[in-house]
Amino acid sequence: MDMLELSRKLHPLERKVLPNLEKTISFEQLVEKCGMQEVEVMRAVQWMENKGIVTVKKEEKEIISLDRNGLDYKKNGLPEKRFLDAVKDKALSLAEIGKKAGLDQNELSISMGLLRKKNAIDVKKDKELIVSISKEGKEFLKKETAEEKFLDLHFPVEESKLEKDQKAVFDEFMKRKEIVKKDRRAMREISLTGTGEKLSKLKISDNVADKLTSKMLKEGSWQKKEFRKYDVEINVPKISGGKRHFTNQAVEYIKNIWLDLGFREMTGNMVQTSFWDLDALFVPQDHPARDMQDTFYLKTPKKGKLPDARFVKRVKATHENGWTTGSQGWKSAWDAEKAKENLLRTHTTVLSAQTIASLKKEDLPAKFFAVGKCFRNETMDWKHLFEFYQVEGIVVDPDANFRNLLGYLKEFFRKMGYPDVRIRPGHFPYTEPSAEVDVWHPVKKEWVELGGSGIFRPEVTKPLFGTEVPVLAWGLGLDRIIKENWNIKDIRELYKNDLKQLREMKIWLK
Amino acid sequence: MPTITINRKVLDKIIGKKLPDKKLKDRISMLGTDLESVGEDDIIVEIFPNRPDMLSEQGFGRALSSFIGEKTGLRKYTVKKSGEKVIVSKEMKSVRPYTVCALIKNLKLDDEKVREIIQIQEKLHITFCRRRKKAAIGIYPLENIKLPIYFCARKPEDIVFRPLEWKKEINAKQILEQHPTGIEYKHLVKGMKKYAVFHGSDNEILSFTPVINSHHTGKITDRTKEAFLEVSGSDLHTANYVLNIMAASLADMGADIYSMEVVYPDKTLVTPDLSARKMKFSVSYINKWLGLALDEKKLKSLLEKMGYGYEKGHALIPCYRPDVIHPVDLAEDIAIAYGYENFRPELSTKGTVAKEDEFEKFRKKVSSLLAGLNLLELNSYHISGKDIQFRLMELKAEDYVELENSKSEEYNIMRHSMLANLMQVLKENTHNEYPQNIFESGYVFRTGDSETGVIEENKVAVVLCDRDADYTKIRQVLDYLIASLGLECAVKEASHPSFIEGRCGKVVCGKTEIGVIGEVSPKVISNFSVEMPAAAFEISLSALFGMIEKV
Repeated sequence: MDMLELSRKLHPLERKVLPNLEKTISFEQLVEKCGMQEVEVMRAVQWMENKGIVTVKKEEKEIISLDRNGLDYKKNGLPEKRFLDAVKDKALSLAEIGKKAGLDQNELSISMGLLRKKNAIDVKKDKELIVSISKEGKEFLKKETAEEKFLDLHFPVEESKLEKDQKAVFDEFMKRKEIVKKDRRAMREISLTGTGEKLSKLKISDNVADKLTSKMLKEGSWQKKEFRKYDVEINVPKISGGKRHFTNQAVEYIKNIWLDLGFREMTGNMVQTSFWDLDALFVPQDHPARDMQDTFYLKTPKKGKLPDARFVKRVKATHENGWTTGSQGWKSAWDAEKAKENLLRTHTTVLSAQTIASLKKEDLPAKFFAVGKCFRNETMDWKHLFEFYQVEGIVVDPDANFRNLLGYLKEFFRKMGYPDVRIRPGHFPYTEPSAEVDVWHPVKKEWVELGGSGIFRPEVTKPLFGTEVPVLAWGLGLDRIIKENWNIKDIRELYKNDLKQLREMKIWLK
Repeated sequence: MPTITINRKVLDKIIGKKLPDKKLKDRISMLGTDLESVGEDDIIVEIFPNRPDMLSEQGFGRALSSFIGEKTGLRKYTVKKSGEKVIVSKEMKSVRPYTVCALIKNLKLDDEKVREIIQIQEKLHITFCRRRKKAAIGIYPLENIKLPIYFCARKPEDIVFRPLEWKKEINAKQILEQHPTGIEYKHLVKGMKKYAVFHGSDNEILSFTPVINSHHTGKITDRTKEAFLEVSGSDLHTANYVLNIMAASLADMGADIYSMEVVYPDKTLVTPDLSARKMKFSVSYINKWLGLALDEKKLKSLLEKMGYGYEKGHALIPCYRPDVIHPVDLAEDIAIAYGYENFRPELSTKGTVAKEDEFEKFRKKVSSLLAGLNLLELNSYHISGKDIQFRLMELKAEDYVELENSKSEEYNIMRHSMLANLMQVLKENTHNEYPQNIFESGYVFRTGDSETGVIEENKVAVVLCDRDADYTKIRQVLDYLIASLGLECAVKEASHPSFIEGRCGKVVCGKTEIGVIGEVSPKVISNFSVEMPAAAFEISLSALFGMIEKV
């Protein structure tokens, strides 16, 4: 490897650490040697390991370090030395020694025991114990003891590396209070590789800039600098930005398809009267779809107002006897009170009904679409939700026919990425013919049902528009398409709003 | 939608040939029914509610055999005159106004056919008869009945007989309390002083309709050769069609149908009438509707494939088809016979001008602006609960829109604010990384003056949730948004229970108050089990949109 090249890639932290490396050194020693923060050394070592400059060996070891008192003794001297020092000129009572040497009761008694054993003191009993230094004591005070040498070791120290006499001191210290402690720790040993050794012998230029600064640009000093090379192939921490919710991304796309095809957007309320949601669509008043089962009815406000009397009269007559639509009607009485009941719209087809009611002859031909939420009273599980999207479309045109309906559906689904569309006979109270819409799923290799369609019955259009006109209509499911696009299994995930998921999700790419 | 189970052997016999699985599958779905499953012995088919005539093996087989071209054209059903009477008493008008009846003779039954007859009754009861509310069917072996038959009303205590599958005689009141069928249909006679019964001239009760038949006189078996068939209910139109569907199926099984005279106080009806109904239509109308160019001959053959007859500009509609009420219904059947798969798609070439809804466009722009500020857009439910919308927000529950019948208790009102929904999202995301800076625009609901009594207003809420989220930061977002829309707004100090007192204000644009902004109160944050400061605003996009337009 080109050492010069490698040296140019070194980060300032690596540059600082490198000269401190030895053939093998423990991490703790390295930190001390570098005089840097532990985390800085750690990062530098990791980078160098990635570059093949060092190898890091990790091992669990019994590690000895100084405890609270040990640290104190290292700084202020061992209690027995402090004890002796206090009496070196003058015999004192225990209390006086404690005060002078800054020792507590426990330290006093341990020190006294130790010093007595070494004959370093003489103890006289008067009213209280009076301690004076002996000849041996004076010698002892001058000498550096094995204990003191021990405290001066570079902690933490591996237990296995202790010499025999050190081990004896350690065992002794363990008996005393909070001088040393022993834990099992993961120890790192850092060794230079062959490359590392060569590199550390190299004189590394310090005319290397790590960051281009505004100052360098102002002064032009960048011209004399060499820029540290980055490892551009490494992974960097992830970020995420703000974005539209994925369902809304899909909705935008779908809206654009209909706009491209010359459709106008319809919008409207989610709370509707049964009149608009059902009666205007010729759904008989005793139809099972009006059951409490599937439809969310409102408790407050329970009922709304009926629209313009003109519409009400026509709808009532159409239900009861067909009015002038050429139909026989449902042959049962139509109840205005039932039509006033408020509900959450069961389909966006309610918007189509309202749109047709607002059209005049001179507005034709006209095409409309809506993408909106509809509601079905379901218990939630992985397959069912009480809110779902519907893509609605109508073509109001005196010349429209069933083949055109198929044409629009095909065009839409082609743009959605489903080139094969088929229709099957279906049934809706407001369309005739009615057709279920299937698309061919290229991965699953099967037909997937995605909605319903048909031509509105004259019993729907004439009361609303005034004269009979063919209206092609469809209501397509969207949630399923969205699920497929993001490979979502559980439909509840569409509205789960898990921020991690939203941050990481790919966007709608069609 | 109802499903029926069809024995394949029976079906093969009706059709007159055995269809391979693949063809059977394809044809069934192209006939306008949904094939649920194909088994060795049985197939299960889902029938659309407009075709009650297909709720039996006979009816289904009849339609399928026409459709595949085996036995096309109108089936003619002969009804012989029996001259027997059913006498309807005057008081029935207020109890159960109508009955229509027939006698069935020469029945050749076996276990399979008995099962089928019971299945048709059940399926018709559930669907077309609206769970016996509109009409109910009874079929009785004739051998135990003394003619004529009476249809009359009696007090519950006076209706004493042994109901189907019951050990002893009990009265109608006890039936409603004890018998499983009685308990199931109790609601249909609720509040009535007298109940409807059929009885023979010997006073032997045949049934307490629409609840249950007599075990003695109202149970057909494979030995039954002759039977009395009645349909009673509140709606004569429905009752007639139910009788026709039953009679046609029995006739298809090989039985002979005899009419009866149903004698009302003011009129006498002779039922059933199994003749075809005529409907006038024009060939061009059908062609225009479907986008085809069929000639009369082709049209006739397509109608025949669907079991109709054709006669000089008229379709002859079989007696069992209540759903054909307008020529467009013929158009659909013609389309089915033509084959939906044979229609060639065609886009209209007429130009129309596209237009996106102005408000939706505006809303999209607002969302893009906010997303550009590194906020994540959410999409939450419109249906929520009082707890989330009010209690946890420290708000008084008022002017909210409540659902009548939600299946889940925690979702029973319409959302009242977007902010509450966003707080709920924070609650569900405490395990995820902060900052959690989020927004959502959507409709909120309150009671007020409108067609439905509900006001739907679009609002956008933004919440910044992070260790250093504060008033300044949220105010910056608000100011940026409003300024980007070319508007100006001010914040006036105000109190709001969801925000910290003294760190909250109302947002005012011109003279209109459009929302609220502030640091969310620690009480509210804790209510949602979040342990991170939050600052938020919620403003009305509907109101802002009005101001934009004026600019």
